[in-house]
Amino acid sequence: MKKKEVQAQRKTLPKAPTSIQGLDEITGGGLPKGRPTLVCGGAGCGKTLFAMEFLVRGATLYNEPGVFISFEETEQELTANVASLGFDLDSLVKRKKIWLEHIHIERAEIEQSGEYNLEGLFIRVHHAVESIGAKRVVLDTLETLFSELPNQQILRMELHRLFQWLKRKGVTTIVTAERGEGALTREGLEEYVSDCVILLDHRVIDQSSIRRLRIVKYRGSSHGTNEYPFLIDEDGFSVLPVTSLGLDHFSSSERISTGIPRLDTMLSGKGYFRGSTVLVSGTAGTGKTSIAAAFVEAACKRGERVLFFTFEESPNQIVRNMNSIGIDLEPWVKKSLLQFHATRPTLYGLENHLSTSIKLVNDFKPGIVILDPINAFVLGENQTEVNIMLVRLVDFLKMKRITAFFTSLTSGNDNMESTDVYVSSLIDTWLLVRDLEFGGERNRGLYVLKSRGMAHSNQIREFILTNHGIELLDVYVGSEGVLTGSARLSQETKDDAEQLLRQQEIGTKQFSLERKRDAMEAQLVVLRSEFEAEEAEANKVIKIEKARNERFTQDKVKMGKSRRGDVIIKTSGTNKKKRNI
Amino acid sequence: MKIKHEKSETSRQKEQPVKARRDKWVLCLYVAGQTSKAVTAFKNIKLICEEQLKDNYQIKVIDLLKNPHIAHDDQILAVPTLVRKFPLPVRNIIGDLSNTESVLVGLNIR
Repeated sequence: MKKKEVQAQRKTLPKAPTSIQGLDEITGGGLPKGRPTLVCGGAGCGKTLFAMEFLVRGATLYNEPGVFISFEETEQELTANVASLGFDLDSLVKRKKIWLEHIHIERAEIEQSGEYNLEGLFIRVHHAVESIGAKRVVLDTLETLFSELPNQQILRMELHRLFQWLKRKGVTTIVTAERGEGALTREGLEEYVSDCVILLDHRVIDQSSIRRLRIVKYRGSSHGTNEYPFLIDEDGFSVLPVTSLGLDHFSSSERISTGIPRLDTMLSGKGYFRGSTVLVSGTAGTGKTSIAAAFVEAACKRGERVLFFTFEESPNQIVRNMNSIGIDLEPWVKKSLLQFHATRPTLYGLENHLSTSIKLVNDFKPGIVILDPINAFVLGENQTEVNIMLVRLVDFLKMKRITAFFTSLTSGNDNMESTDVYVSSLIDTWLLVRDLEFGGERNRGLYVLKSRGMAHSNQIREFILTNHGIELLDVYVGSEGVLTGSARLSQETKDDAEQLLRQQEIGTKQFSLERKRDAMEAQLVVLRSEFEAEEAEANKVIKIEKARNERFTQDKVKMGKSRRGDVIIKTSGTNKKKRNI
Repeated sequence: MKIKHEKSETSRQKEQPVKARRDKWVLCLYVAGQTSKAVTAFKNIKLICEEQLKDNYQIKVIDLLKNPHIAHDDQILAVPTLVRKFPLPVRNIIGDLSNTESVLVGLNIR
């Protein structure tokens, strides 16, 4: 029976959840249950806290009482140290959830004579475990024994026995150890604790400190192998396993307005994708923050929550400045739809920034997150780190389906597109604002460098900051090339004048044509009246001729009658024919 | 096992009446059960005390298995541990006390 149970357990490898933020995700559920785990690292890297949080979480969340065997700090010191993290050890100790045991040894007081063993330690651990029915045990820092007790050989044997004994007891154990030169631990404790080894690291790069955690080994379980940044703050330990999230985030096809109607039009008429990452980059004073503010205002009007990280300006300053372009952010702050978070990038390390950001996002649950500007983090040569941090942040925000809006300051001299190349791959929609310098003035131009998943405009637009918001204008594209600002205005006036002139010319031509027509018609009238006059004259003549002719005929008939010829009919017939002709 | 235990009892009984004497040495031997090391340690310290201190000593044998909390109270880690409670300062000697020389150094008899 027992053997079978053990086999079944091995298959799934039961784990003791730590409830340390992020750690359970990278370990696939926690530390190996009923086995010892070695936590090693240099001084001040948070070993004790890690172990303590494991115990406290176990005691409070999983009803697994824990024993803390401390070789360095006294019970009182421990209680005081972790009280700042909100752990009430006193109460937990009273409720028999936690047992603190300080083991005090001082080399100076100890003389060795003959062989000994550590049965006293065993008894104490055993007594503590039995007293509260502990399921978790912490030994912090076991290596103190090596410096305080003589005869290392015995010590090693005894430690080996201790771990065997702990395993038999089935308690989940954390053993902390100082990091050694070229080895995981100073005294080679990893020889004894081989199930799970976690390495904590605290390093300083470019004057900013970075804490990292790595799972060196985890027997019988898959685990994340990267170095994960972690943070110790007022809520305890948190590991940021964001890089392990991968690319399987959900992509929304919902669109949200940019807050600038004509920019929406440029982005195929609807604006950004929800949950996408937007970058606005440009040189100083090109209105990046203003574009962000327009987006913020639009979002707040829709009733969405916005978290605004600002690294250069104070919230008040932003509110004031945006007021000048007709964007009033203050009501949204009051309605707590908009939350500002202003910190200097140099205040603490990147990882710290990242984790505070993530914490704030988790607390505030915004729909949109603004980072203004992201390259404030780049100090010296840490661009790679900044990039890694941003990848993590973007991954995290995408998981949460939060739209991320970054601004980035580029220096005017460089090729602007390549300056931001280190974040380019993260960005879904990239707007570039740039100075268009022409004719002794600078004007702002905006274009969509890329926008994944939508047919966007390829036009460069001039945009101006008016006292009623941001307006996008068409830049002048004509025979003179691309013109902006007053050059555009003057060209437009010139064009207008030309057009007016042309219109006038047309008018004149039309007028003269009219007059020609009038003249022609007048002539027509004269001609007609002349004609009519002539016609009347002619008719008159014809009439007279006719009358004469008739008279002549009648005279002829009369003559004929008088001569008594029979040609009366004949002559009348020829007369008729003549007239017809 | 039993024999050892009686021994410790008798030694304690023997010593108790004379406890009133100020300069009497008080030694505590912490053991975890009647192991061979414990027995050896008791034999050794008994021998040393007889030689060096005559009757002027008292040995308490404390079995941590029976009173585990004492290990905590008296900060015992290794067994066997011999603690010189009096005269002050307190001195600890760990091991089965087979090295007489170091026991004497430890107890500051010499």
